[in-house]
Amino acid sequence: MERLPMNENPAGAHHGNAPQGFPPQNNTLGPMSQGPPQLPPQMFTTAAQLLDLTDKKLVLVLRDGRKLIGVLRSWDQFANLVLQDTIERLYAGNLYADIPRGIFLVRGENVLLLGEIDLDKEDDIPPHIQRASFQEVFELKKKEDGARKVGDKKRHGKLQTLGFEPEHSGEILF
Amino acid sequence: MLFFSFFKTLTNQTVTIELKNDIRIRGTLKSVDQYLNIKLDDVDVLDLDKYPHLSSVKNMFIRGSVVRYVMLPRSEVDIGLLEDATRREAANQAGKAR
Repeated sequence: MERLPMNENPAGAHHGNAPQGFPPQNNTLGPMSQGPPQLPPQMFTTAAQLLDLTDKKLVLVLRDGRKLIGVLRSWDQFANLVLQDTIERLYAGNLYADIPRGIFLVRGENVLLLGEIDLDKEDDIPPHIQRASFQEVFELKKKEDGARKVGDKKRHGKLQTLGFEPEHSGEILF
Repeated sequence: MLFFSFFKTLTNQTVTIELKNDIRIRGTLKSVDQYLNIKLDDVDVLDLDKYPHLSSVKNMFIRGSVVRYVMLPRSEVDIGLLEDATRREAANQAGKAR
C-alpha cells in the first residue's frame, strides 16, 4: 500500500500525467496503522467527497473530451471510477446524440472533471441544442475536430517559433 | 504544502476556476486535497452556451492538474500573511536543497 510521509512534496505528484493518488483511507481507520507517520484524516476530504458522489448520476469529462453520463458505483484512492448504465453524449454544433455504453471502469488519470447532475434540471437542455441521430452528430463532430486540430497545430507552430512550449502539449484537453 | 493549507483557509468562499480547456466555473469551494483537486458546490459555468454538457451540473470535482487559475475573493486573502508564508516556505525549501 502506498505510504504518504508527512513531508512529501505534493507538487511532484501533481504535475504531469502520472497516475494521481488519493491518499489511502483505510490505514487511518483501523488499529493496523504502523510504519511511517500518516497524514491526518482531515487531509482526506476529497476522497470523502468522492464518497458523497457514490450512487449519484454524474457527468464525467475525460481528457480526450468524451462526456460520459452514468451512475458512480465505485472508486478508489486513485479516482479510478466505475460507472453503471453509462451513456456517451456527443456534442457537435447545436446537436447532440446519446450512445448507450453500459459499464465503464475509468482509469483515474483520464478524469478531467466529475459533475453531479441536478436531477431537477437534468432535462433542461439549453433550448438551442437539438437532439439528432448519432450518424449526423458523429459526422459533424469529425469535421469540427478536424478543423480544431488544424487550428491547434497552426497555433502551436507559431508559439514554438516564439520559443513557447504550448500548454498541455501531449495532453488532449477539450 | 503551503498552497494546500492556503486553499483550506478558503473553503466555503466563492471562487472562479479556469481550466486548461478555457472553461470558467464559479462556485463555492467545498474541499481541496493535497493534489489541489477541488470540489465545488453550487457551480455556475460562465459561457454555458459553449459547454452544454455542464448545464445541469450542481457540484463538481475537478482534478487539480487541469486547473489553470483559481480566482479568489480579494477580501478573503491576507496578502501580507501569504507573502510571509511564501518566503518562509521558499527559505525552507532552499534549506532542504542544501
